[in-house]
Amino acid sequence: MSTPLRRTPLYHEHVAAGARMVPFGGWEMPVQYTGIIEEHRAARSAVGLFDVSHMGEFEVEGPGALAALQHLTTNDVAALQVGQIQYSVLCYPNGTIVDDLTVYRMDDARYMITVNAGNIDKDWAHVTKSTEHIKDARWRNASEGTGLIAVQGPKAEALVGRLADRDVTAIGYYRFARGTVGEVPTVISRTGYTGEDGFELYAPADRTARLWKALLAEGRADGVAPIGLGARDTLRLEMKYALYGNDIDDTTNPLEAGLGWGVKPAKGEFIGREALEKIRAEGVRRRLVGIEMVDKAVARHGYPVHKDGRAVGIVTSGSYGPSVDRYIGIAYVETALAAVGTALEVEIRGQGKAAQVVRTPFYPSKVKKPG
Amino acid sequence: MANVPRDLKYTREHEWAKQEGDRVRVGITAYAQEQLGDVVFVELPKVGAKVTASKNFGVVESVKAVSDLFAPVSGEVVEVNAELGQKPETVNQDPYGKGWMLVVKPSNKGEWDQLLTAQQYEEFLAQGGH
Repeated sequence: MSTPLRRTPLYHEHVAAGARMVPFGGWEMPVQYTGIIEEHRAARSAVGLFDVSHMGEFEVEGPGALAALQHLTTNDVAALQVGQIQYSVLCYPNGTIVDDLTVYRMDDARYMITVNAGNIDKDWAHVTKSTEHIKDARWRNASEGTGLIAVQGPKAEALVGRLADRDVTAIGYYRFARGTVGEVPTVISRTGYTGEDGFELYAPADRTARLWKALLAEGRADGVAPIGLGARDTLRLEMKYALYGNDIDDTTNPLEAGLGWGVKPAKGEFIGREALEKIRAEGVRRRLVGIEMVDKAVARHGYPVHKDGRAVGIVTSGSYGPSVDRYIGIAYVETALAAVGTALEVEIRGQGKAAQVVRTPFYPSKVKKPG
Repeated sequence: MANVPRDLKYTREHEWAKQEGDRVRVGITAYAQEQLGDVVFVELPKVGAKVTASKNFGVVESVKAVSDLFAPVSGEVVEVNAELGQKPETVNQDPYGKGWMLVVKPSNKGEWDQLLTAQQYEEFLAQGGH
């Protein structure tokens, strides 16, 4: 069976730039332009542009919109003001994860949620079916018509600022504002997936290429570089940001994944609440931790984790971290072995290689947190 | 088209082999390192280990993927490029030079003739390389 791969509005820009295109979650995406490590460093030291148009955007509107989102998500949507963004999780009744997402309060009774590309169809079915009983909440799938460019790095604010028709320095972390960037109407969102300061710019699909070109041209003096999925993955790995399908999925729950800060049972009923309350009361059996290889070796998704010859967990992500210059990973391990400094072994091609639990993020976050 | 030196022989798994007297030096091709992307780890056998033609002798890991390395010829490993432990990126920078991996003392001279010539390897790449 083969379904044709979907393409973002920037597909032709990537091909023209000589990017290596690969299938990712049903999409044909650039994995690298010049090299993963070089691109990684460009985002950490200057500014990187990421095509994340493949991600999905749903809108929900009406007097029942808040109730619909409260029912669907683990975080407390009532706490969101207009212009504010919240990280959250969609769960199944058993507390495992449908997807992780961001929730935007666009207006008093209108919200947008941004979901993972590979989950768009599943999530659309989930959110619409699960909220059928809620009156006056109209859903719209805006994914097709919406492009999304992440601008990340120490020079992101200056770059976007020069092209914007408004003061972007005033937009706080996990806040957004409307404005034009390079004369393209956008939602300017101070969010990202790299640990760097920066923005994610939502634009109409048919204007996204224009925005991309404007950012590349204006950013030339800043050392702007287009960044592929390869470096997007190493950048997020150094922050221990979870990736759906790797670190979290429908066999894991947000509490063991370290996302408990976004699970708010006090807000009232939501899908998975009962199961998560029970897990929280009993204590999680395993935890998602950051690991660093002590022996020279690369941990990868799916490699078993051992302690004194006993299987105690599994690696969910791992690679070389270019900014920390170490082989790092993320793994589920038994709760008793989750403390920083715990010695573990990762089984790599049949051999136990020494590793240890380390503090995360691996690389210090540069995001503009308030205060 | 990737660089394919005329004086080397090749495998369908993208290793090169160079005759140096009665020894054979081994590495991966320019095409292979391009396909891999940034090499971040190389695992090689120890001096004295035996390798077998067409059999796995180690791994090379890029940021994204793990790939097996296959011996072009059978024999005893007499030299290993220890530099790659500290500087795996040398494989990308100079795959036919400083990025070499092993020197093997071949145990079966007949295997040399089974390897692809530069022209055959180029044709193989032109057909997609797999």
